[in-house]
Amino acid sequence: MSTAAAGARTDWDIPEYAGEHHQELSFLRRYVFSTDHKVIAVQFLVMSLVFLALGGFLALMMRWQLGFPGQPMPGGSVLPESMAPGGIILPEFYNSLVTMHGTFMIFFAIMPLLVGVFGNLLIPLQIGAPDMAFPKLNMASFWLAVPAGFIMLTSFWVEGGAAGAGWTSYAPLSASGDYTGVYLGQQLWLLSLFILGFSSIAGAVNYITTVVNMRAPGLTWFRLPLTVWALFITAILVLLAMPILAGALIMLLSDQTLGTTFFLPELGGEPLLWQHLFWFFGHPEVYILILPAFGIVSEVLANGARKPVFGYHAMVLAIAAIAFLGWIVWGHHMFMSGMNPVLGTTFMVTTLVIAVPSAIKVFNWLGTLWKGNIHFHVPFLHAAAFVSLFIIGGLSGIFMAAAPVDIHIHDTYFIVAHLHYVLFGGSLFAIFAGITFWFPKMFGRMMNTLWNRVHFVGTFLCYNLVFFPMHGLGIEGMMRRLYDPTQYGWLAELQPWNVFITYAVFGLVTFQVVFFVNFFLSIWTGRKAEANPWRANSLEWSVPSPPPHGNFMAMPTVYRGPYEYSTPDGEEDFILQSASPRESERPPSDGTRSRAALNEEEST
Amino acid sequence: MNWLLDPSVSTFGPDIDRLYYIILFITGVVFVLTEGLLVYFLVRYRRRPGQRAEYIHGSTRAEVIWTAVPFLILVALGLMSKPVWDRVKEPSVFPQDAYELRLVARQFEWEAHYPGANGDPDAPDAFSVLNRFHVPANEPVVIHLEAEDVIHSFFVPRFRLKQDAIPGRSIPIWFEITEPGEYDLGCAELCGLGHYSMDGMVIVQSRSEFDAWNAERRTAAREAAGAVVAGRSGSDAGEGEAVSIEGGS
Repeated sequence: MSTAAAGARTDWDIPEYAGEHHQELSFLRRYVFSTDHKVIAVQFLVMSLVFLALGGFLALMMRWQLGFPGQPMPGGSVLPESMAPGGIILPEFYNSLVTMHGTFMIFFAIMPLLVGVFGNLLIPLQIGAPDMAFPKLNMASFWLAVPAGFIMLTSFWVEGGAAGAGWTSYAPLSASGDYTGVYLGQQLWLLSLFILGFSSIAGAVNYITTVVNMRAPGLTWFRLPLTVWALFITAILVLLAMPILAGALIMLLSDQTLGTTFFLPELGGEPLLWQHLFWFFGHPEVYILILPAFGIVSEVLANGARKPVFGYHAMVLAIAAIAFLGWIVWGHHMFMSGMNPVLGTTFMVTTLVIAVPSAIKVFNWLGTLWKGNIHFHVPFLHAAAFVSLFIIGGLSGIFMAAAPVDIHIHDTYFIVAHLHYVLFGGSLFAIFAGITFWFPKMFGRMMNTLWNRVHFVGTFLCYNLVFFPMHGLGIEGMMRRLYDPTQYGWLAELQPWNVFITYAVFGLVTFQVVFFVNFFLSIWTGRKAEANPWRANSLEWSVPSPPPHGNFMAMPTVYRGPYEYSTPDGEEDFILQSASPRESERPPSDGTRSRAALNEEEST
Repeated sequence: MNWLLDPSVSTFGPDIDRLYYIILFITGVVFVLTEGLLVYFLVRYRRRPGQRAEYIHGSTRAEVIWTAVPFLILVALGLMSKPVWDRVKEPSVFPQDAYELRLVARQFEWEAHYPGANGDPDAPDAFSVLNRFHVPANEPVVIHLEAEDVIHSFFVPRFRLKQDAIPGRSIPIWFEITEPGEYDLGCAELCGLGHYSMDGMVIVQSRSEFDAWNAERRTAAREAAGAVVAGRSGSDAGEGEAVSIEGGS
């Protein structure tokens, strides 16, 4: 493998990238219809934080209803009669809340935060590129996501309300408004996700092309930061998975509007076809929602521990293995669906096996901390919390993977606990780690550390108070998506737990307000950030905060991997990937390294 | 916060519960070890003046161990799970000579259809009941699960049994209950705005009690069929065991 050639790039002098010419751009071109990947990352960040807040608000309303069913919600009287007359949430509105909470969080918060924000921000900066391969496509990606979000949001106010068949929209419930009373809302849901799919595909094409073609000289595949690896593999998943969702959405939309019967059994349709299509997209989607988080956490843990990532190659292989196996486990969502039980056995085996690469990652993170010199900065706190919570989410997944045990806990609060341990305890904590870590690079200012710590401690505590007891509710048999659990005799006894969880959610939401206020205030009032506040190694820290248009004054050359912390011969405990080699690691005088030297480098 | 299961009352329940407790034990041990190690490392290797992290890139031996050990444990769990799964869900190995009935789920109720005395589901003494239905104890019961409108899910926690009901299909499920009693039935799949109120009750009786109840219902059905008004289903959906006329409709 030739080191320099792998990262060769010829586009450095394209005027498009030469920053100075863009200084005179109008406000509209600089901040609204921008082609600068950093601006687009911030645009995605603001959009997805808005949806994160909205999704949390929907969850708060759900928890009010679950804790105090039938009681008027404080301030709920501002809602229209069709949602909550007198502040009392209606069952149909509750189903919309369930559906839209999941939809907002998965498609408009977590996915754009991980892929849209960090993909856009980090890929060009960490591979030493001036921008994405296709800047205009990148802009189109964001401006497709905006109308998608707008359509999704406004569907609350159309006749019949927002979609109410769950974020999984199982047919036939979703295929005909006759079953739910929701006609237009469900169709807008389908249309919105269809548009969002194009946004994701545009982004994925860009990420893949950029990583393959635009790495700086010397930046070989195994010198890439794990964030780039994770985002690259995630982009491949997005590129392959979203078209499947798009196809399924169009079929369901046809059933709704054109009179087809793909999923309506009375005229020969097959309800399980929807589930197969949805989960064939949906399970890779689950990994789309966690792989970039793996990358962020690896990056931040190594930085905090001042130590190379333990088992870099194993980490890359584990991500690749998860991405591959992720395509053949979808049936575990359908263990109870009436699918052939023999198929259930097959999916049980693949699902148990996919736990192995996740376990490998956890052990390597622990290995990264071992014998470190840990700086407990805020991003590190979130990353360490991620590891502890991901362990719980991973272990609870084994209960479900074992199909016979899943018989009891399927579609109960055990699943709700599990998925939130992975998506909130996992992905969202990694997002907090990522935002607090790269905030200075995005905005040129530091976030307030004290308030960040308050947010971390409060979130970590309240989070566990909310979601850990849900395991118990599931074991007791409390079903998901229940408007009023007290209607079931055996669940009424569990009501004190539901009240407790609702109180804990109030705490959880309060601490998120701390984060939002700190985030937006820090953009304008935070302490000015230096280029490399965390004393990190990867290329983005070699340029000012925030980097200028075009990112790098001159094309950087990469001499080493991204996790060379605390090298024995260095004075500092970090060394930038692009710092000129010290005497001890200078290549042979002819400028090319011997194959033996390269191999040694690759294997460390 | 309760990690212990309510006692199961079906013959396969203990198999599922055993598997659950095995997984609870294994994951419990792994949880304590990994979280313990995490906390220990965080405390032990916290930043100290003059301290420098060790420059370690990894260990092939460690990777092999922590790949192989979880793999073997998980494969073992799979091997333990397969026979239990087949026993509960595989129709080809369901017990023979089971008592059979049909259970139809619709928004937002359960209707159990019982055959007449001669086993004919269309006989004049065939009958159906809503939401509260009876089955005999200590013998296998096979239910043919159907749905009329959307997907519902038959869930009786104490039976350790759950199965989606899919419109357009008849899915067989079975159980044998060892303890007579009344057991809550719920719908576990979001099925519309009344999903939360789709509760039912399975009343498990000794064979003689069940036969007596069954005979009484059949007689009532035959009398009602004799005095035919119109074939329509019972309207007392709520608490009572509403009788409807089968076959005439």
